[in-house]
Amino acid sequence: MSNVLILADFIGAKLSRTTAELATAAARIAEVTAVVLAPVGKGSEYAAAVSHGPITNILVVESDSFTTHGVAASADVLNQIITTKAPRAVLIASHAFGKEVAGRVAVKSNSGIITDAVDISADLIATQLVFGGSTAVHSKISHGVPIITVRPNSITPDLREVHPIIETLIMEIGESAKKSVVTSVQPPEEGGRPELTEADIVVSGGRGTNGDFTAVEAFADSLGAAVGASRAATDAGWYPHSHQVGQTGKTVSPQLYVACGISGAIQHRAGMQTSKAILVINKDPEAPIFEIADFGVVGDLFSVLPKATEGINARKA
Amino acid sequence: MKIAVCIKQVPDSWAEKKMVDGLLDRVNVDAVLNDLDEYAIEEAMRIVEAHGGNDEGGPHTITVISMGPERASESIRKALSMGANGGILICDVALAGADALTTSKVLSTVISQGEFDLIICGTESTDARMSVVPAMIAERLGCAQLTYASAVTVDPSAKKVAITRVTETGVEEMFGEFPVVVSVVEKINEPRYPSFKGIMAAKKKTIETMNVASLGISIEGQWSVVVDASLRPARAAGVIITDDGTAGDQIVAFLVEKKLI
Ligand SMILES: Cc1cc2nc3c(=O)[nH]c(=O)nc-3n(C[C@H](O)[C@H](O)[C@H](O)COP(=O)(O)OP(=O)(O)OC[C@H]3O[C@@H](n4cnc5c(N)ncnc54)[C@H](O)[C@@H]3O)c2cc1C
Ligand SMILES: Nc1ncnc2c1ncn2[C@@H]1O[C@H](COP(=O)(O)O)[C@@H](O)[C@H]1O
Repeated sequence: MSNVLILADFIGAKLSRTTAELATAAARIAEVTAVVLAPVGKGSEYAAAVSHGPITNILVVESDSFTTHGVAASADVLNQIITTKAPRAVLIASHAFGKEVAGRVAVKSNSGIITDAVDISADLIATQLVFGGSTAVHSKISHGVPIITVRPNSITPDLREVHPIIETLIMEIGESAKKSVVTSVQPPEEGGRPELTEADIVVSGGRGTNGDFTAVEAFADSLGAAVGASRAATDAGWYPHSHQVGQTGKTVSPQLYVACGISGAIQHRAGMQTSKAILVINKDPEAPIFEIADFGVVGDLFSVLPKATEGINARKA
Repeated sequence: MKIAVCIKQVPDSWAEKKMVDGLLDRVNVDAVLNDLDEYAIEEAMRIVEAHGGNDEGGPHTITVISMGPERASESIRKALSMGANGGILICDVALAGADALTTSKVLSTVISQGEFDLIICGTESTDARMSVVPAMIAERLGCAQLTYASAVTVDPSAKKVAITRVTETGVEEMFGEFPVVVSVVEKINEPRYPSFKGIMAAKKKTIETMNVASLGISIEGQWSVVVDASLRPARAAGVIITDDGTAGDQIVAFLVEKKLI
């Protein structure tokens, strides 16, 4: 029976919304089997979280190697599943971890790989946006099992509730997948705000905040948004590195991206240019970020943001 | 300790890019060293400097490896002027338009033939933007993969490499034993400018050129094909206002119009 594998996307122990997006794209092609990689003893808990999206089956593999040996262990297991299940395609979330797993699986299975797809058609043609979103490229894989990574927040998820058939597999992880060893993990501070890559709205602050993110955070909270930052802001230690948006930070494509006190350097744009709408607040009318704004305010973020926040909160009251 | 640094020459990120016959037009734009690979070169320099340097005849060497057209030797030369000992350029018409599978096959072949202990890459090439080549090289070599490092410590006598990395799940400490593939993030260091002395010295260093035949591999062709590429409609010009005290309200109105609140 024809099926498509998706790698259920967990950030730590938390299932990300991207999983349902992967399932939605996969379901256009064939029946969807979600692969859940869990620490020992956590398989049923993790599998139970995969309850939304057009998923028919779940395959659970438990191993502590996923934490200790990272990418290599996950790729090893995923490849074993590909060998036995012969799927039509494999879809994985397009972030640092997902792309590396995909890369290794592509090598192991001698298959073509496409990264950062924003859409996939029923006949497995992937759409990618390149050159800052100005050009759409359609491509397909001509060799092996198509391995495609899909950018979070690109596909409108079908969030139907499901009760997939759960099967647990016992698998040995190869020695060559155990060569790198994680000795400690310090979890990030819980912010209470949505994940950057999953959020519908991202509000980012740059050097223009001068280190004071209060107005940016208050505006974000009024919208239930995630908070991002430019490299100038993370380099200065004003905001954690994990919140950096851009070429060497995260790629986001929310419904709305708000750039506050950010000039719009090409490296910053690389991480946010495909946002559906862009709102800019910047003192300098010449700032290049205005070129991609749907709505731009030439003004001081410290006076504009609080008024906007007040206006939004007043509407909610 | 034998260190290899994988570097790529890419179109200048400021240059306007376009597609020609389904491939990036690389001929008509300025080519530069992928800036994220400068951090890899710098880190290699700092690692050898922490262990006595890489003077000719000493125990540590840095070799830059690049797959690309002939002019990629300019980028190798830049790395040599930063202090690397030598370079290898893999240049072949059969490799034009190569994808990550082919690139990783070529690079891992050169690396295993050269018996390198430590392979350092950037996290991403600014043109392909796939961030998969380092993981693929590690997979092909069957060796440890320590990617996205924001700090690297090498113990040459124990043949061990330890890194710190920031991921979705927090701050991780990892280690592996030689051979190890590392990729470094741009926050790890500040790349040096080539000194005049470095530039002069680089002129005397050797860049070895290889091709598919001399590597003894076969290239299986493309694993993926571009069906078409098209310009998307340009973003409609936005509305830009100057704050006169009512910008807050106008933002609210914009959000309402976009159905975001
Ligand atoms: C290899 C490499 C990788 C990089 N990766 C990234 C990346 O991933 N992400 C990233 O963001 N950058 C990245 N950069 C850095 C990038 O080139 C820029 O330096 C950076 O984005 C600038 O940040 P900024 O816009 O906050 O600061 P600036 O460019 O200094 O802009 C600050 C803006 O704030 C405005 N401003 C000041 N005060 C106010 C106020 N009170 N109200 C309103 N506006 C105000 C100013 O007019 C100005 O436009 C990278 C650079 C390199 C070399
Ligand atoms: N053609 C190439 N030659 C040498 N190194 C490369 C090449 N392509 C990619 N790399 C290395 O792999 C890293 C990641 O590239 P990529 O996976 O293409 O985003 C780069 O920063 C380089 O260190």
